[in-house]
Amino acid sequence: MNLEPGTGGNSSRVESSAWLNKAAAVDLENLRPYGDTIDDGKIQLSFTLPVSFGPKAKAAGKALLENIGFKEVEIVHVKDLKEGFTFFVAYGRSQATVDYTSLQVVNPTVSIMDYSEINSFIAEKIGRPIKVVGACTGSDAHTVGLDAILNMKGYAGEYGLERYSGFTTWNLGSQVPNEVLISKAVEVGADALLVSQVVTQKNIHVKNLTELVELLEAEGIRDEFILVVGGPKIGHELAMELGFDAGFGPGTTPPEVASFLAQELVLEGKEEN
Amino acid sequence: MAKLNIDSGIVARCQQAAKTIADGVDKEIAGLTTTSIERTVLRLYGVTGVDNDDIPVANIIVDQLKEKELLAEGAAKNLGKALLSSGLEIAELTEAIAQGEIYLPQLVAEADFSDRRITDFLIKLAEKKSKEINNNRKKRKNLQKELGLGSQPWLYVIVATGNIYEDVNQARAAARQGADIVAVIRSTAQSLLDYVPHGPTTEGFGGTYATQENFRIMREALDDIGEEVGRYIQLVNYCSGLCMPEIAAMGALERLDMMLNDAMYGILFRDINMHRTLVDQHFSRLINGYAGIIINTGEDNYLTTADSLAEAHTVIASQFINKEMARRAGMENELIGLGHAFEIDPAQENGFLLELAQAQLIRQLFPQAPLKYMPPTKHMTGDIFKGYLLNGMFNLASIITGQGIQLLGMLTEAIHTPFVQDRALSLENARYIFKNANKLGAEIEFKDDGIIQERATKVLEEAGEMLEDIAELGLLQALAEGYFANIKRPVTGGKGSDGVLECGKNYFNPFTKIFREEMLER
Repeated sequence: MNLEPGTGGNSSRVESSAWLNKAAAVDLENLRPYGDTIDDGKIQLSFTLPVSFGPKAKAAGKALLENIGFKEVEIVHVKDLKEGFTFFVAYGRSQATVDYTSLQVVNPTVSIMDYSEINSFIAEKIGRPIKVVGACTGSDAHTVGLDAILNMKGYAGEYGLERYSGFTTWNLGSQVPNEVLISKAVEVGADALLVSQVVTQKNIHVKNLTELVELLEAEGIRDEFILVVGGPKIGHELAMELGFDAGFGPGTTPPEVASFLAQELVLEGKEEN
Repeated sequence: MAKLNIDSGIVARCQQAAKTIADGVDKEIAGLTTTSIERTVLRLYGVTGVDNDDIPVANIIVDQLKEKELLAEGAAKNLGKALLSSGLEIAELTEAIAQGEIYLPQLVAEADFSDRRITDFLIKLAEKKSKEINNNRKKRKNLQKELGLGSQPWLYVIVATGNIYEDVNQARAAARQGADIVAVIRSTAQSLLDYVPHGPTTEGFGGTYATQENFRIMREALDDIGEEVGRYIQLVNYCSGLCMPEIAAMGALERLDMMLNDAMYGILFRDINMHRTLVDQHFSRLINGYAGIIINTGEDNYLTTADSLAEAHTVIASQFINKEMARRAGMENELIGLGHAFEIDPAQENGFLLELAQAQLIRQLFPQAPLKYMPPTKHMTGDIFKGYLLNGMFNLASIITGQGIQLLGMLTEAIHTPFVQDRALSLENARYIFKNANKLGAEIEFKDDGIIQERATKVLEEAGEMLEDIAELGLLQALAEGYFANIKRPVTGGKGSDGVLECGKNYFNPFTKIFREEMLER
């Protein structure tokens, strides 16, 4: 078993004391949620059932959670949403566990640098600005994610790529057909394509993204670009599956994307061009 | 109500600059029409339906007329000629065109009537159709009197399932939970379609297509629930994009109550051609004003791309311009729902005070406008708990400053289209705060040299300077130079420019005259 101290982690500045490492150990091979006691397995849930409010609805909410596998289900709040909808807030004790020790997480392999480190990395190893063309493709009209990464102002206190001396950027905005993105990329001789997909009802994003890769492959130019996608429903794993080089989820900051692009370009040997 | 000291001299300068700017826009759009306006005229006359390929008959007719270079005198005259020479009713003519049995330019060529005969016939028919719209306006007034309206700020929620029947269930549930206003969000790509889809629709992306039948279905469902809950429930859609005036006409015919309607939004955020959408906007606002429909302008969006602190004055400058343009289309102040938003970074120290300054300033600058206040979106993350609190702060700012139309924030903003419980929670949040802090605004006075007063003074001064710059430059050039939302758009670029047409000297659109004259009489 792989055991780690339950509270305080290893962030303490003292090496031993009356309280350090005294709480129960975390069983990392059988990891469970933590409410207020180690291994209590408590999970907080909220959901709606499309049935009218009443005792039967409440029973249904509880039974549903039991069927999922929760023990000690507590329905702590039930609300009549009218028109045959009932809302639940509930707690339950999860029976499921996770083997933390054997988990493999796929992430873009990159060491994250800061603004000035990235600029000097690019100046030194590539010797010219990296050209990036970004767009929200298909019917997506939401540019908030793309703007966060590309625009001067950036996101979460970090400048966007537009501000870096190491990048030249083209932000094509929203509802850009894949064909337009590709022709712009070819026109400017882009190093990387940045695609954002925010509103993605009924998995339309998967279709858009697949189409982009197929179009590039059909033109025989897939390998000329680093392909990156971002959005709330995007992970690196999904991006790899779809034939992209990296995927970035919600909360990604510009330096993460910038670090990846710079290092990937060096890896691909493009700096010699 | 809390009051800021506002320099009336600066306000007068803002108004004067807005007039100069609107004069410039009037010059730009004079003598122009668009394919969408001509389709709108046909729709106002009762041309509906689609052919076997789902192409709307209004599009078929306008495309044929354009091809034969007959549009310079307007679609109305061509329609009049066709009706007179065929002896058909509009419904019969429309059906025959949909079936491909009639080619309209052929009927036009066969027509041999005096210009007087044709225009008299068209005016009479247009008066009859206008009366239907005016009756809708009266019916709305009566229903609102009979059932009552909720008190302001009105609680505004959106539904966006893609399926109109699913939307109906969620909208009715929202009405029962306390919503005053329901907006059916459009399918994301619709603003760039150069036609309006037809019939009830059950599939869309991020929203539900705006079609006349969908409008009718939702209107009926909301009237029904309104009677039950004892409150008139207002219905909203999106009168923007390439079909702006057609949607206005459909809304007028189906008694919608509010329309998002803002050419500057389309130019900046949808890259629509400036002339196309400014010409479209003018006719749309004539229709909306005539039909008694409140418009919502889109200034709130500027702060989603530009810095909400540094660019706060651009919102106010744009509101002065938008109001002036709406007034010139005959709209009453009470129908001009100017937009703004609660978008200052929550990490900003005293950010709430700055939000109050902005909201209060706008309230006092436009006292009669039903201001549309938009919730935080830019700083919403996946943290729904923090998001719920942000929305509470937004609601508090609104009740203190007396906003008109409160678009409720969803705790799951930036994650997905609202779940049924997200909407219910947002209504609960707003109702709690609006009731709990109901008279707070009336108890507050702002310190003369305080943060809020100083911020408001600064923002208004900046708005005045910006307006005077734009008055020199012209609105189109200012948009081209990135004055709003940090977005630049070329004056002659953008989508839909091929739909802009010059009116010939015999151009005739009877509705413009009827709407304008009747509004003046009111």
